[in-house]
Amino acid sequence: MNKKQAQIAKTQRIQDFVFQYTTQFCAFFVLLVLLGIIISLCIDAWPALSQFGPGFFFSTEWDIIGGEFGGLVAIYGTLVTSLIALLIAVPLSFGIAVFLTEICPNSLRRPFGTAVELLAAVPSIIYGMFGLFFFVPPFAKYIEPALAASFGQIPVIGILFSGSFNGIGILCAGLILAMMILPFITSIMRDVFEIVPPVLKESAYGIGCTTWEVIRRIVLPYTSSGVIGGIMLGLGRALGETMAVTFVIGNAHSISPSLFAAGSSIASTLANEFGEAEEGAHLSSLFVLGLALFVITLIILSLAKLMLVKMEKAKGVKT
Amino acid sequence: MNFFKKLFLVSGIALASTGINHSALASEITGAGSSFIYPVLSKWAEAYKAAGGPNLNYQSIGSSGGIKQIKARTVDFGATDAPLSVDDLQASGLVQFPAIIGGVVPIVNLDGIKPGQLKMTGDVLADIFQGKILVWSDKRIAALNPGVNLPTAPITVVHRSDGSGTTAIFTDYLSKVSPDWKSTVGAGAAVKWLAPSEVGGKGNEGVSANVTRLKGTIGYVEWAYADANNLTYLQMKNAAGKYIEPDDVNFQAAAASVDWSKVPGMNIYLTNAAGPAAWPITGATFVLIAKEPQNKANIAEVLKFFDFSFSPKGDKMALELDYAPMPDVATTFIRKSVWNQINLK
Repeated sequence: MNKKQAQIAKTQRIQDFVFQYTTQFCAFFVLLVLLGIIISLCIDAWPALSQFGPGFFFSTEWDIIGGEFGGLVAIYGTLVTSLIALLIAVPLSFGIAVFLTEICPNSLRRPFGTAVELLAAVPSIIYGMFGLFFFVPPFAKYIEPALAASFGQIPVIGILFSGSFNGIGILCAGLILAMMILPFITSIMRDVFEIVPPVLKESAYGIGCTTWEVIRRIVLPYTSSGVIGGIMLGLGRALGETMAVTFVIGNAHSISPSLFAAGSSIASTLANEFGEAEEGAHLSSLFVLGLALFVITLIILSLAKLMLVKMEKAKGVKT
Repeated sequence: MNFFKKLFLVSGIALASTGINHSALASEITGAGSSFIYPVLSKWAEAYKAAGGPNLNYQSIGSSGGIKQIKARTVDFGATDAPLSVDDLQASGLVQFPAIIGGVVPIVNLDGIKPGQLKMTGDVLADIFQGKILVWSDKRIAALNPGVNLPTAPITVVHRSDGSGTTAIFTDYLSKVSPDWKSTVGAGAAVKWLAPSEVGGKGNEGVSANVTRLKGTIGYVEWAYADANNLTYLQMKNAAGKYIEPDDVNFQAAAASVDWSKVPGMNIYLTNAAGPAAWPITGATFVLIAKEPQNKANIAEVLKFFDFSFSPKGDKMALELDYAPMPDVATTFIRKSVWNQINLK
């Protein structure tokens, strides 16, 4: 009997050993891939970085024939479209998630939830085509003139809503992106809202809180890290989205104060030009843009992490 | 363990079947490059295969991708809309010949203007795309079109956002007719667009979607695309001073007006060709093949395939798709003097 127990213990030790190293390998594998990407990006980006220097990130030049490149237009386009997408998608997702978890009758929860998840499964090229052929025409005809007539009249921010009503442009790209990241943020918000212990919510309702107060004082503080994680996932997708943006952003290499104007993002520039880029400064500059996108994502993720740590500290919870 | 056994079995079968496939596909020929030639190439390939020929696997990844792949010898042939220079051909050990001709046409969206109604010259077109002419009622446009009611609308220029042979042909033409365009913009698969109101579209479909949707726009697409979608194309004044409409016959006239045998490496842009019927914005797609191929059997098949494409049957298929086939003088020259540079022994 004793021998048998020893046998079992031995097998378990071996199993643990194998298990530990298998999982460890999985984790290191991700690091390896990441490191490989960074190194290859750096190697290919180096010629352009050494030729143009840090000025690359502040130059709006993009002259393929003349061999002069700068990344500001694409970086600006990436950041602004993602910002617009977040400004629209976050409140909308929040509304959907609150409705689904707190207010929605049980019979409707499943159809609504599935509809949101289905949106996430639509390939991005479909969003691009939908955007260009169905969304853009009415957007140019009705929404842009309406925006120009209302917000466009406000002194300082009016310039954002000026210019010709082409439909495609930075604003349109931001709106399409908002639709694309909406399901990601919504489903994560819904999932984390659902794990709030009912006893907390019911106690709050019991002392007479309104639904809004329960959301504001109980649900949100309890789920803040999950909510921010969801937003970051959406932002990550918005920053890197390629095909849909390429269709609707207008692909102009210029920066205009107006949100109606055509621009380009890092991902759209890569999608447009990588296939036909000649070896040399052009190809290398595209790699620099790729590296810039990588760094931007890294910075944003770090900021989010920092924000979470601060919030946890403020709550007095050990991290 | 059962699972792993199954896995091994399945992967074993998969491996075995790819092995079988591989030997059976020894007669598959591969190519990569220009998307301009892709529609007619697939039509030829389909007919060729039906006639008992090998399968063609062509990746329509763009001209410079095709050049890269044939230089790396990962495909049997490459296809490019911008011909390689003689030096480049020699350095990379390639031969080059044109396989098909097509036209690029300017298209507009203006109220009351019908396809082929508006007349245009090269230098005015260059100034529009350079942002020097900003409204449709400009007197230089009006001077070319007496009696046509032109709107005062501003001009929005629509161009390809992706690097493309269509842009290379178009900008090569503008560089030939406008010294100013040549010095400030130049010619290439993607250039810097200077017009203040400009929009880029991805692919022919992106450009045509933007032009058909936005009033006051001017863009450029392949003729096959404009014809199939009833886009409002322009008449162009050619090098002989005649206004002509885009048509297969006029593309072929451009190809016939040059003496291919006199140009080393057949390195010719057909833009602004001299013939009286020549459409000025005409281009060809060039096929690149290694002089010392590793897989000689495959290259022999590639040559047979293009021999078929130059036959009357291949010509007919090209015409159906709004391309212009190569003139017989040129194909005879290619068969005699280009293909014999390839070492098949």
